[in-house]
Amino acid sequence: MKLETRNSKLLRAAQLLLIALLAVGSIGADNDAHFNMLGHKLMCMCGCGQVLLECNHVGCAYSDRMRNELTAAMERGDSDSLVLQSFVQKYGNTVLSAPTTTGFNRVAWIMPFAVFAAALVLTVWLVRLWKSRAVAQPVAPAQLGDPELDELRKKARQETEF
Amino acid sequence: MPQIGSFSLLLALALAGYSFLAGAWARYRRDDRLGETARRAGIACWAAVTAASIALVIAAFGNDFSVAYILHHSNRDLPIAYKFAALWSGQEGSLLFWAWLLSSYALVLRLRYKVDPQLFAYASAIIAAVQVFFLLLVNFAAHPFGLVTGQIPADGNGLNPLLQYPEMVIHPPMLYLGYVGVTVPFAFALGALIMKYPGEKWIHITRRWTMVAWLFLTCGIFLGAHWAYEVLGWGGYWGWDPVENASLLPWLTMTAFLHSVMMQEKRGMMKMWNMWLIFTTFLLAIFGTFLTRSGVVSSVHAFAQSGIGIWFVWFLALAFATCVFFFVRNRNALKSEHRLESLVSRESSFLFNNLVLLVACFAVLWGTLFPVLSEWVTGSKVTVGPPFFNRVNVPIGLFLLFLTGVGPLLAWRQTSFDRVKRNFVIPTAVAVLTAIALMLGGMKPWEDSAYFYSLMALSLAALVAATLVGEFWRGGRVIARQTGTNVFSGMVTITRRNTRRYGGYLVHFGVVLIIIGFAGLPFNQDKEQEMGFGDKMQIAGYTLVCQSYTQDDKPNYSSEWAVMDVYKRGKQIDTMYPERRFYKVSEQTATIVANRSRLNVDLYLVYAGRNQDTGRPIIKAHVNPLVAWIWIGVHIVLIGTIIALFPNMKPQKLTEKQKEREAAAEEAERRGAVVGGD
Repeated sequence: MKLETRNSKLLRAAQLLLIALLAVGSIGADNDAHFNMLGHKLMCMCGCGQVLLECNHVGCAYSDRMRNELTAAMERGDSDSLVLQSFVQKYGNTVLSAPTTTGFNRVAWIMPFAVFAAALVLTVWLVRLWKSRAVAQPVAPAQLGDPELDELRKKARQETEF
Repeated sequence: MPQIGSFSLLLALALAGYSFLAGAWARYRRDDRLGETARRAGIACWAAVTAASIALVIAAFGNDFSVAYILHHSNRDLPIAYKFAALWSGQEGSLLFWAWLLSSYALVLRLRYKVDPQLFAYASAIIAAVQVFFLLLVNFAAHPFGLVTGQIPADGNGLNPLLQYPEMVIHPPMLYLGYVGVTVPFAFALGALIMKYPGEKWIHITRRWTMVAWLFLTCGIFLGAHWAYEVLGWGGYWGWDPVENASLLPWLTMTAFLHSVMMQEKRGMMKMWNMWLIFTTFLLAIFGTFLTRSGVVSSVHAFAQSGIGIWFVWFLALAFATCVFFFVRNRNALKSEHRLESLVSRESSFLFNNLVLLVACFAVLWGTLFPVLSEWVTGSKVTVGPPFFNRVNVPIGLFLLFLTGVGPLLAWRQTSFDRVKRNFVIPTAVAVLTAIALMLGGMKPWEDSAYFYSLMALSLAALVAATLVGEFWRGGRVIARQTGTNVFSGMVTITRRNTRRYGGYLVHFGVVLIIIGFAGLPFNQDKEQEMGFGDKMQIAGYTLVCQSYTQDDKPNYSSEWAVMDVYKRGKQIDTMYPERRFYKVSEQTATIVANRSRLNVDLYLVYAGRNQDTGRPIIKAHVNPLVAWIWIGVHIVLIGTIIALFPNMKPQKLTEKQKEREAAAEEAERRGAVVGGD
């Protein structure tokens, strides 16, 4: 009975340890992913035109400092929007790697999809219009000779070759 | 040499001017003798531009630092190949190289004038006009033979270290061949419009030239991507930089043209559309050059910026006005002979394909120019970087991939529902099974939109691949039945008999492989660590052990590198040597990436620098899955395009035995069909 209790206690301790390890591991993984996500929303300001986490200039004065600032902000527990806002205040709007979804910047996001939707609707409408104009009128079957049939076959082959 | 070069350039300008004016007047007056002098002046223009180019190369080889361009882009210890590459490494030289390539294209066109003397004469005059523009630039705005004032330095400033890489010797020429090549179809199209060319022969001529330009541009774009991957050392191959985007814009419209031109050839449709696709491609190629060199948008390719943008703006405006003028005047010659008959047809799939390609082109252009627009409207500049382009273009690209799979399954004019059902069953099943297999293999599309897009890309790639394999299989089987050979030999024969169709399918297959390469992007991993002797780094199942780090000194540069042993599951599988070079003359550093590329994954090591305090190297490791498929795919795209450029092999006449065999096969199939009720 005692042995069973000890075993179950050991088992429970091992389970707790495993859960704790997994939790710590997943927190680490989450932090890495979070850092990665935020770091890709920022540009390096050294003028290289690279996303912050992709700037690999040897001795770049900006990227190391900016990464440290990002890590510090995350350790303080700042929200994502607060972190990004603090970078904008310090470095200007161009520090964000993509336009925000506010104000005039919204146009940047809407326009490509609006053009896509408009072009799609226009194309479907055009095809339908052309189709309605191209409805064949019933005609009496023509009496075609061999040369005419050959000519038609040649045309059909030419039109459907590709 | 500078004097010979300068004189040659002036002579070339005069000859190009004569070729344009005399050529245009000869067409107006229908004076063939005058037209012939214009053609010969065009040929002589090539000789003059060639002489100028040779003069610049000789100046580079001879270390003639009295020429300012050579002083700024070369030095005594620069290897010979890079001295040659100095021709296109800076603004002035690259414009001269552009003018030479354009003259060379024009030379081929002018020598082949007998194909259609009238149309070629128009095209020759239009190309001469474009030549005049570029020769004006190199004579008066960006002169490559400008001399150094004061004392001539003993050595030059050297070539940008990032350009001292073998691929850089061929990447710019390929890209320029693509950009410049676009001028030829443009000249034919505008010429055909001006003369109201009857029939579709001009489009046959134009299509081949467009394919050649497309081939070079594709090659140039992917060489650039590979160079970025192997040299820049940031672990990626495409950064949506404005200059990269500039090369993509004409590529997208040219791709659209290569598809929609089939509708004009086969059904006499979309003539106006095709005309404007060629015009737009040319204007975008010039616009791309303007973006690259004007500094209107900020770009990492800063080595080619200057104030010559205004020349390009005027030229663009003039070219656009010319296109609009002749289009409005002669548009009646571009009436379609047929109309679309069904939404479910090969024609409409081409139409949608064009639509998606043009929307993608617009999205790239929009994103590239939005910072300028934003600054103009709000007074505040914004950055439009990779997150924007990826989010906007990935869904568009997936739709395009879907159409790539669907198009070949649809018939011309109209496709019956039964045929759609029959043709789509296997590819759809393959796509669904691929998606299921990937999810069972651990892909979780619900966790992140990037994973979702990756899953979609791989599933659609499977759909397209299944479609293409089906097309080859069906064609190969028919030929095998006719000739009594096996299916694979039949596939080769059918490809040779219809190079354009099956070459095109191969191009699509290459695109599928490229997409597979792109789909690995969300699963990239990277890690940076300072590594002394014996230090270890763990990443994605690899263990990297730093064996040593050392230095070397060469005439052109000094270098540092690390020796890294790579282990997997406890077993050593490789040794890698990431390197960093310091170029003495330009006093710039460059990374030489160590990349262990395999079909499933690239292990990519960068020597990022040294810790100033400890003196130990900092190694950045990237694990990038599936990247190798991109480069394999590009090779297949190029092979497919080359096949499509070849003329069709004529089918041999069947022997009596083969006729009997074919008749027996047909009879057997007919019986099978009757039994099966197909």
